[in-house]
Amino acid sequence: MTNTPKISIKGLHKEFGPKVVLDSVDLDIMPGESMVIIGGSGSGKSVTLKCILGLLHPDRGSIKVDGEETVGLRGKNRKRLQRKFGMLFQGGALFDSLPVWENIAFGLIAEGKATRKEAMEIAIENLRSVGLSPDVAKLSPSELSGGMQKRVGLARAIANKPEIIFFDEPTTGLDPIMADVINELIVDRVKEMGVTALTITHDMSSVRKIADKVAMIYNGNIIWTGSRNDIDHSGNAYVEQFIHGKAEGPIQMDLLKA
Amino acid sequence: MNFLAAIGRIVFEFLQATGRLGIFASTAISHMFTAPFYFRSLIKQMMTIGYYSLPVVGLTTLFTGAALALNIYEGGSRFNAESALPSIVLIGMVRELGPVLCGLIVAGRVSASMAAEIGTMRVTEQIDAMVTLSTDPFKYLIAPRIIATTLMMPFMLVIVADSIGVLGGFLIATGKLGFNSGNYMTTTMDFLETVDIYASMTKAAVFGFFISLMGCYHGYYSKGGAQGVGIATTNAVVSACMLILLTNYMVTEMFFSS
Repeated sequence: MTNTPKISIKGLHKEFGPKVVLDSVDLDIMPGESMVIIGGSGSGKSVTLKCILGLLHPDRGSIKVDGEETVGLRGKNRKRLQRKFGMLFQGGALFDSLPVWENIAFGLIAEGKATRKEAMEIAIENLRSVGLSPDVAKLSPSELSGGMQKRVGLARAIANKPEIIFFDEPTTGLDPIMADVINELIVDRVKEMGVTALTITHDMSSVRKIADKVAMIYNGNIIWTGSRNDIDHSGNAYVEQFIHGKAEGPIQMDLLKA
Repeated sequence: MNFLAAIGRIVFEFLQATGRLGIFASTAISHMFTAPFYFRSLIKQMMTIGYYSLPVVGLTTLFTGAALALNIYEGGSRFNAESALPSIVLIGMVRELGPVLCGLIVAGRVSASMAAEIGTMRVTEQIDAMVTLSTDPFKYLIAPRIIATTLMMPFMLVIVADSIGVLGGFLIATGKLGFNSGNYMTTTMDFLETVDIYASMTKAAVFGFFISLMGCYHGYYSKGGAQGVGIATTNAVVSACMLILLTNYMVTEMFFSS
C-alpha cells in the first residue's frame, strides 16, 4: 500500500438552503481498503457519496482522488475521473428501457470500447461473476426480483473494471439471506479485483461483513473512525447507541432537542 | 408589504426559471452538434416520435379538413363564394391548421412521454447512474430527442398532416358537395405557393424544437417521486402548447406580414 490515500476528503461542507447537511467532513480511504460510513437517516451519508461522485457540488472543502483535486473538475477531466468509479445504487437504478445485458455493458457501448457482440459477451461474463445465469441477459429489469436487480447493479458497477466502487445501502429492501448473499458477493468482488470500496449503510450485519474500516457520520461530521474490530468497544456514545440500535442515547436526545 | 414581497418572489422565481431554461437549451443545443453522437438512440426516437405519431396526426387532420370544407361551403354559399372552397381549405390547412394541430397533438403525445420518461429516470437515480458510467445525459437522452422531434415534425408529420387535411376537404367536396374532382385538384395546385410550404415546415420545425425542449427540461428537473413526475408531465404539455401558439403567431408574422 502507498501512503497517498485513494480518496482524501477535507473540510467538506454542503448546505441545502438553510439546512447544513455536511458541516466539515474529513475522511481518508487508503488504496484497497473497504471503508463503510454508517449513520442515521439525514446524517449526510448519501450527500458525501454524491459529492465524491460529482453528482453534487460541495460549497467548500476538498476531495482528492489519487492525490488529484476533483472539486470543480468538468468535461473531459471529470469523465476521466468517472472511469475510475463504479457505483451500486440503493434502488439498482437499472435503465428500464434496456435489457439486462445492455445495462451491464452500458458504459462500454456508450464509450465505444466494445462492439455490441463483444459487449454482450462481457455482460454475460459479469453476470456469471455475480451468480446469475446467461438466460437473465435478455430479460428486462422489471422482470427481475429485488435481489437479482442488486446483482445486476453490481455486475454493471464492476463491468468497466473500476478502481473504486461505491455501494449505496447495498442490502436495503432485501431479506436477511439475500442481504448476506449480496454482502458475500461484494466482499468477493472487491477482494478479487483489489479495488477500493466505499459503502454507506445503516445495516450493521453488512458493516461487520464488508468493512475493513468504519466511519460514523453524525450531523454532517465524521465523529468516529476505526477498524471493524474496534467498533464494539469504540468508547463513543453515539457509535454505541447506533450499533446497538438503542432508543435512548445522545442521538435521541439531540433529536428531541430539535 | 407582504403583497410586494409576494410579487417580488414571483418575479424572482420567473427570472430564475427563465435563466435555467436558457442554460438548459443552450447546453442541449451545444451537445446536438458535438461528438459523440448516439445514432441508435436517435433512430429509435425518430421512429417513436415520427412514425408512431402518424396515425393520430393523420386522423385528426383528415376530419379537420373535412369539417373545414363543410364550414367553408356553408359560409361561402351566403355570398355565392362556394367556389373558393378548395383554395381556403388549402391555405387554412397548409399555413395554419396542419402545423398547429400537428404540433398540439405531438405536444400531448411526445412532450408528455419525454417528461414522464426522463422524470422517472431522474427520481429513480437512472440519470445519476448514467453519469457514473461516464455518459453525459445531455448527449444520450436530451440531444437525440430534440434532434428527432425537430427533424420529424417538418419532414414527416407536417407534410402528412397538410396532405391528409387537404384530402379530407377534397373527399367531402367531391363526395358530398358536388365539386368536380379534376377542377378541385387544379384549383388546389394553382393556389399552392412555395412560401406556404416553407412556412408550414418552418412552423413545424420550431414547434418540434419547443415540444422536445419542454418535455426534456421538465423531466430533467423533476423531483419528489411520482407526484413530481406528474407535475413535470403536466407542465411540459402546457408550456409546449403555449409556446406553439406563441411561436405560430411569430412565424406567421415573419412570413406573411405585408
